[in-house]
Amino acid sequence: MKYSYFPGCTLKTTGASLDRSARLAALALGFELEEIENWQCCGGVYPLGSDEIATKLSSVRALAEAKAKDQELVTLCSACHHVIKRVNDDMKNVDDIRTRANNYMKLDEAYAGETNVLHFLEVLRDRVGFDNLKAKVTNPLKGRKIGAYYGCLLLRPGKIMAFDDPENPTIIEDFIRAIGATPVVYPYRNECCGGYISLNEKDMAKSMCKRIKDSAEGFGAEMLITACPLCMYNLNKTEGGISVRYFTELLCEALGITEEGKAL
Amino acid sequence: MSHDKTKKQAELIREISGVNPYKCMKCGKCSASCPSFNEMDIKPHQFVSYVLNDDLEALVNSKSLWKCLSCFACIERCPRDVKPGKLVDAARQLVVRERGGDFLSADEIPEKLDPELPQQLLVSAFRRYRR
Repeated sequence: MKYSYFPGCTLKTTGASLDRSARLAALALGFELEEIENWQCCGGVYPLGSDEIATKLSSVRALAEAKAKDQELVTLCSACHHVIKRVNDDMKNVDDIRTRANNYMKLDEAYAGETNVLHFLEVLRDRVGFDNLKAKVTNPLKGRKIGAYYGCLLLRPGKIMAFDDPENPTIIEDFIRAIGATPVVYPYRNECCGGYISLNEKDMAKSMCKRIKDSAEGFGAEMLITACPLCMYNLNKTEGGISVRYFTELLCEALGITEEGKAL
Repeated sequence: MSHDKTKKQAELIREISGVNPYKCMKCGKCSASCPSFNEMDIKPHQFVSYVLNDDLEALVNSKSLWKCLSCFACIERCPRDVKPGKLVDAARQLVVRERGGDFLSADEIPEKLDPELPQQLLVSAFRRYRR
């Protein structure tokens, strides 16, 4: 099974281990991530203004390319997923944006939101299936107590992202169970890490991340997992407390892909 | 700010945001959900009132514009679909779309960088802080 894949800017640089471990895990699970040719940065935050068109075009290009190949489009970075999924919703449901974006793009065939956008976690849940994943785990992470850190972008707005219940998600906890570890549910798992505020106001992000880490640790977590390189950065910049890993790194470890499981 | 300009800007905020502030019932759920609440001089639920009252001068000078994290908690939890985060963003757009409206200049960036800083952070900050 082949999927179109949009890695995004950070997975080529500071978030390279998220990209690498996901590709290796995908092959072990029997699917392939085929990188979109000449993809362009999604822009990091979804442009909320109803008159913003140019800032949405890089997403439309990726979506249209996946459509041309008749593939579903897979993302890993929470920000890329958020932006592309919402632009796709606009192209499907907002006449004005669809018309203006298509007028600009002049594609052979107008794009109207036909591509299905999936986060890698959704591929695991809805295409592979957590039961099948569990069956392929050769090195179950028994006894490990892991907190899922969802953050904002995968979940909200719930109606458009349609990823999971935005207030009480379970997908990452189910993933943690599938790889043989024990999920720890804690109250701050879908609170914001501070996002881009850490460029200019580092203390603000740190105090938010400290609350998240303390909350998880207080409920017994020994480690957090995330899908977002910016959450990862903000949480790591906050000294002390439990460690943070990409969910795909633990997936590799559980699948016995040893060089990826350690010291990435 | 002249009365006419204020009226026009208030209309522009409603247009850019696509929000109908008249639907707000002042339940305060947005402000209760906001992770930046303590940092904001104008709170999310108050933002709606400022737009209703055409008090644009206060809005465009508010430091809240640069404290919103785009976490979408207020947008998710608003029971009336008013989406205060969209109003904050539209007011920010009014500022950065004018000449000289950038919150951060390119010259200020290098000293804020470190080797682990993800590109995602930079592109996001650029999109939020400047045109």
